[in-house]
Amino acid sequence: MTALDCLRAAVAAIATNFLRTVLTTLGIIIGVGSVIVMMAVGAGARSEVERQIANLGSNLLVVNPSARLFGGRSSGAGSNLPLSEDDVKAIETKVPGVQAISGQLWASATVVFGNANFWTRIWGVHASYLFARSWSVESGRDLTEQDVAGARRVALVGLTVAKKLFGDNDPVGEVFRIRNVPFTVIGTLTPKGQTSFGHDHDDAIFVPMTTARTQLIGKHPLVPDQVGSISVKFQEGADLLDAQEEIEQVLRQSRRVPPGDDDTFVVGNPIESMKARTAAQTTLGWLLAATAAISLIVGGIGIMNIMLVSVTERTREIGLRMAVGARRLDIMLQFLIEATTLCVLGGLIGVVLGVAAAFVTAGIAEWPILIPPQTILLALAAAAAVGILFGFLPARRAALLSPIEALRSE
Amino acid sequence: MNLLVRGSAIVPDGRAPAPPLIAVREVDKVYGSGEEAVRALDRVSFDIHEGELVAIMGPSGSGKSTMMNLLGALDVPTTGSISINGNDIGKLSRDALADLRNRSIGFVFQQFNLLPRTTALRQVMLPLAYARPRPADPELQARTRLEQVGLGHRLCHHPQQLSGGQQQRVAIARALVNNPELLLADEPTGALDSKTSADIMGLLRELNGQGITVVVVTHDADVARYARRRILFGDGAIVEDARLEA
Repeated sequence: MTALDCLRAAVAAIATNFLRTVLTTLGIIIGVGSVIVMMAVGAGARSEVERQIANLGSNLLVVNPSARLFGGRSSGAGSNLPLSEDDVKAIETKVPGVQAISGQLWASATVVFGNANFWTRIWGVHASYLFARSWSVESGRDLTEQDVAGARRVALVGLTVAKKLFGDNDPVGEVFRIRNVPFTVIGTLTPKGQTSFGHDHDDAIFVPMTTARTQLIGKHPLVPDQVGSISVKFQEGADLLDAQEEIEQVLRQSRRVPPGDDDTFVVGNPIESMKARTAAQTTLGWLLAATAAISLIVGGIGIMNIMLVSVTERTREIGLRMAVGARRLDIMLQFLIEATTLCVLGGLIGVVLGVAAAFVTAGIAEWPILIPPQTILLALAAAAAVGILFGFLPARRAALLSPIEALRSE
Repeated sequence: MNLLVRGSAIVPDGRAPAPPLIAVREVDKVYGSGEEAVRALDRVSFDIHEGELVAIMGPSGSGKSTMMNLLGALDVPTTGSISINGNDIGKLSRDALADLRNRSIGFVFQQFNLLPRTTALRQVMLPLAYARPRPADPELQARTRLEQVGLGHRLCHHPQQLSGGQQQRVAIARALVNNPELLLADEPTGALDSKTSADIMGLLRELNGQGITVVVVTHDADVARYARRRILFGDGAIVEDARLEA
């Protein structure tokens, strides 16, 4: 009997008891669905971490002023005194292994060029900002120390802003206005895409820190040389935990935090917090893996059960097939293929539900998901393996029937 | 005797006497063992030659069903030998027996044993699916056999759409499709009315006239009248073996 004959017989047998069949494959459906969601969430988490590393570099620490406590109540992130140029200097000179350092102070503003205008975020940064954030210019030039020292009205524009303001023309050399202050474009930036929260990296303009403070943001009453937050890039292979402690010590000194008081700043590791965030996804992944394994086993037992019932119901058919010349292997293969077809059918339903569930999960939990095609193949292969494994016993029982007794059964 | 192959034995005077299609020699069949052993067949010997139309008769418990299982290579004797077309079935493996049934024996059952929800054409193609080597055009062969039994216009009907007589004709077409030497019918008219029974027995006799050996197992004397030879079983042994006038 050819595989096609077996498949035809299997489909006919399954179609005979369609409802019973679908109920039987429920375990397989859930199992395969879980496999899909698990792999989608896991792959999404991994790709997110990789992308963040590619975007930020793996040796970046970011310092922010911390929330100040009033009688135990937090007054919001950044409510402590802003960080200052002194803090930048202190870290640069006293912490070993610093490769690049830059403040970053931001404000939202409307930018205008000709008839085009656009609401975007303006960042005041130091000359080494792009290097510190593993970013680079696409055309034109980077900011220089002279730009910063001279508080020049020059700007680097992100890809999104460049498109909105200047269309397809090269904006380098063009003069546009930020809050009515004219700025000259000195360069455009390579595209970075979206953050995991859906924020567009390329929707930004970078100007010298000094220019931003004087022309756009205005002086802080207590800290005239505020720098917002500070990005610190370390050399390749640096121990970021040590570096974090060094920065904390240096900043407690430079910000004169009395011994015993809490820090007035936080040193963060964006990659680590990204990993921590995706750890939840990884945990869910393991949970789903357990669900998938249990469902597939339970589903497999269900398949075995229904196949045993099927063999009993169709004993006469088996006897007839033996009488007209079916060898034991023919009978065995017929029932194995039937069990496998059943499982793959359930698997296909599971794939559809799993993909749907993955997208729903992604929507509700705002997690990135990724469904590589091999995931679907793997899930279906798992279903087929369950069919072969749990179909074996019923198929063997069918093949070992005596032709006379099988023919005589009612 | 084991070496006999159909048409191959040449005797000195140049004539080739037909070796028996089936040679039953001193066959015992015992079910169970020890105290509870039941001797269903007791030292049975006979031959069936090509082209015969034989009725095997006897009351229930006489051993005729056991004999049918052995003639159909569905079971093997406890002692003694049965050779079908030169093959001693006691010496064949289960798979070799399956191949022998596929090649040499066509079965017709009392309850037709058709597959549910399967067209007549596919029913008849079933034995071809197990044939080695696979036939070139199984559908054409099946169609030809259905036309031969007068069902050329019912190729795509399911069993539940066919009358009892038509179902038995489908079963006969299925039994014939592999060109077997032997057609083995177990109470072929047991589930049919007398008019249809006569039609079916007429068909079997007609097929026998075309050269195929037919063995009918029955308890019905009316059915046995169509045979040219009657073997009567009683208590596990042959009571009478008679040629009948056609």
